[in-house]
Amino acid sequence: MLELRYRGSCPSPGEAVSPPPREGEAAGGDHETESTSDKETDIDDRYGDLDSRTDSDIPEIPASSDRTPEILKKALSGLSSRWKNWWIRGILTLTMISLFFLIIYMGSFMLMLLVLGIQVKCFHEIITIGYRVYHSYDLPWFRTLSWYFLLCVNYFFYGETVADYFATFVQREEQLQFLIRYHRFISFALYLAGFCMFVLSLVKKHYRLQFYMFAWTHVTLLITVTQSHLVIQNLFEGMIWFLVPISSVICNDITAYLFGFFFGRTPLIKLSPKKTWEGFIGGFFSTVVFGFIAAYVLSKYQYFVCPVEYRSDVNSFVTECEPSELFQLQTYSLPPFLKAVLRQERVSLYPFQIHSIALSTFASLIGPFGGFFASGFKRAFKIKDFANTIPGHGGIMDRFDCQYLMATFVHVYITSFIRGPNPSKVLQQLLVLQPEQQLNIYKTLKIHLIEKGILQPALKV
Amino acid sequence: MESESEAKVDGETASDSESRAESAPLPVSADDTPEVLNRALSNLSSRWKNWWVRGILTLAMIAFFFIIIYLGPMVLMIIVMCVQIKCFHEIITIGYNVYHSYDLPWFRTLSWYFLLCVNYFFYGETVTDYFFTLVQREEPLRILSKYHRFISFTLYLIGFCMFVLSLVKKHYRLQFYMFGWTHVTLLIVVTQSHLVIHNLFEGMIWFIVPISCVICNDIMAYMFGFFFGRTPLIKLSPKKTWEGFIGGFFATVVFGLLLSYVMSGYRCFVCPVEYNNDTNSFTVDCEPSDLFRLQEYNIPGVIQSVIGWKTVRMYPFQIHSIALSTFASLIGPFGGFFASGFKRAFKIKDFANTIPGHGGIMDRFDCQYLMATFVNVYIASFIRGPNPSKLIQQFLTLRPDQQLHIFNTLRSHLIDKGMLTSATEDE
Repeated sequence: MLELRYRGSCPSPGEAVSPPPREGEAAGGDHETESTSDKETDIDDRYGDLDSRTDSDIPEIPASSDRTPEILKKALSGLSSRWKNWWIRGILTLTMISLFFLIIYMGSFMLMLLVLGIQVKCFHEIITIGYRVYHSYDLPWFRTLSWYFLLCVNYFFYGETVADYFATFVQREEQLQFLIRYHRFISFALYLAGFCMFVLSLVKKHYRLQFYMFAWTHVTLLITVTQSHLVIQNLFEGMIWFLVPISSVICNDITAYLFGFFFGRTPLIKLSPKKTWEGFIGGFFSTVVFGFIAAYVLSKYQYFVCPVEYRSDVNSFVTECEPSELFQLQTYSLPPFLKAVLRQERVSLYPFQIHSIALSTFASLIGPFGGFFASGFKRAFKIKDFANTIPGHGGIMDRFDCQYLMATFVHVYITSFIRGPNPSKVLQQLLVLQPEQQLNIYKTLKIHLIEKGILQPALKV
Repeated sequence: MESESEAKVDGETASDSESRAESAPLPVSADDTPEVLNRALSNLSSRWKNWWVRGILTLAMIAFFFIIIYLGPMVLMIIVMCVQIKCFHEIITIGYNVYHSYDLPWFRTLSWYFLLCVNYFFYGETVTDYFFTLVQREEPLRILSKYHRFISFTLYLIGFCMFVLSLVKKHYRLQFYMFGWTHVTLLIVVTQSHLVIHNLFEGMIWFIVPISCVICNDIMAYMFGFFFGRTPLIKLSPKKTWEGFIGGFFATVVFGLLLSYVMSGYRCFVCPVEYNNDTNSFTVDCEPSDLFRLQEYNIPGVIQSVIGWKTVRMYPFQIHSIALSTFASLIGPFGGFFASGFKRAFKIKDFANTIPGHGGIMDRFDCQYLMATFVNVYIASFIRGPNPSKLIQQFLTLRPDQQLHIFNTLRSHLIDKGMLTSATEDE
């Protein structure tokens, strides 16, 4: 962003101003010459009265201020800088993983809250970057509007989910019934109010900025909010569908880093110079093995395997059920070449482990594209990290950039290959129909069930 | 429109970009008016000539609209699709012009590819619902529909990965901008056009009345503004006035009432569009629902004294049409203001020059977008419940024990409501 300041204050064109090297940018050798890549920012920044702003002391995205706690600093003061960084990252990694285990132990409700918290923080980080890029701190209304839209979209999505899973709870309360029945209309009205406020807030000299921020907000909502709701839907399917994908992505991150650290030689992609082919392939194989083992361990426990249900008598979430066939051991005959290697005729596996291979493969092969996308984004807007929330790691978005594609993939995978429609949702929709329609459907279903032998025709119930 | 100073500050400093087309303002309307019209109107003054061109084109578009309605739902669907593609093309072209990004690697291909993916996804969802029997017959279609979400997601992912691989060192920001621009455009244009098609399948009246109300509001507000306009409405659009706004509102409500009265009488407008397996075409034949049967309403005392009638016979749909027209006149214009703000922000006079005197397709359809979403939400919330045939489909894919559970719950519910008695069970 320094370059923009220089541009603004030097009216003569073509004056080459070389920006002072920014800390941390040198790693990739990515000194973009500013003439072509910042062309469009000239359009933005010369807009309206922004010229006056380019001289002021608005900081560009600050280089990492050191937020490492004092304790760690003292403990590590003896080591050299490179190892110190390594240790900080390592300790923080272990801390995050322990926090993750703790929350899993505390149950699904806490996990939902955690997901919601992460979503809000990611949204905040990306929006803050937008403000900095466009110097739009004091656009009228804009911060309010961004948070308002976040609230609207969350309300819409939670309303859709809540109605499905809390059906019994909802039927009891009168006001909730009303809210659920007209949910789409209410959400749309809320969104419209925000839209109209946006239109009314357009100020003459800031039109383009305001449209940019509007679009920025919407794209951010599309990325963060929809994905976080897919995560929660996966969670309700069974905690294993939440844990195995996330762990696979984390494992791929860590093992690709380790393989790259010890064996890395061939660069993978220009966007992320630190990634190597050795890390990529090594990470792939280790993640598949890890996923396989994690699936085996987790499939045993009902706590992880059963769909999360809300019981109205107990007023809490329970995970108790008869595990489906996916989670019951089955014996498979090994194909011949594996037979020779392992010297066993058969092996007992959970069918879910086969699915876990698909999930881990996606996590290792396609997940990194989410990371490359975020790297490209950071280079495009000249930021080192999304934020400084986690010492040594950057912001929350930095940790979760690979997770986004994963969440969508798992959701699509489940709906396509694992389960059909949600039975409680079908029932709920049936109960909303007109009585005559219900009667018609009842008759059709009865015929169908009798044909299939599920229902005995002569049974007097 | 914009002050000169704003146009100046938009100038480039980098010398290479000055050799390209300047950023602002984007090229103004080349005159697309056909020669015929030009000659016919050559005598009139410029202002009246413009008025006449607009008027003639308006009538031409309305006539075109009637012809399409006559040709039936299939043609309507195709027209909606074409309008969508043209709007997408117009907005993306503006993006290219704004960012001088004609020669970004891959980008035009990628934008159209994403358009294709999202359309495939949406059409797949609609087609599966309405063409259920056709789809079940053909084996390839059945597989495509069973794994539809997965296939759409894979196609989208391929586009996403191509985008990441196409990032070029000096153009990162531009490429991200165009990526964002494409996605927002898709969100606006494609989703709305599919909501329009959903409304169409509900019954052509749900498609025709809202669109006509928006068009009527446009025209009426313009007329009222032209003859009576004095107080400006909003800084964004200096030509709009409060007189036009309020006059347009009342005129549109009356128009909506009349139009729904006329249309509710005909089955071809009122019945849901269905695909008939035997004849392999669309049919609109049904028993009109309660909404479209004349009912008697008591007029409240206030209006009784004015009109002198005690009761009036109306279709219930006309009450709904009041809600639709109100939305079209009060909130619809915000879509127009949004588009005006957008045009000012990017210093363009019109979205394109497709229609002489009117600008591009987007210029005509900017108010329609909010309307389509509103009608869809309105129908889903107030008119119909879930689609029964869709529910049966979903039911049939469940496991037997789940089916039994639902069946029994439905049975006890119906018995509770008195629709079923235990005695009638054993027919």
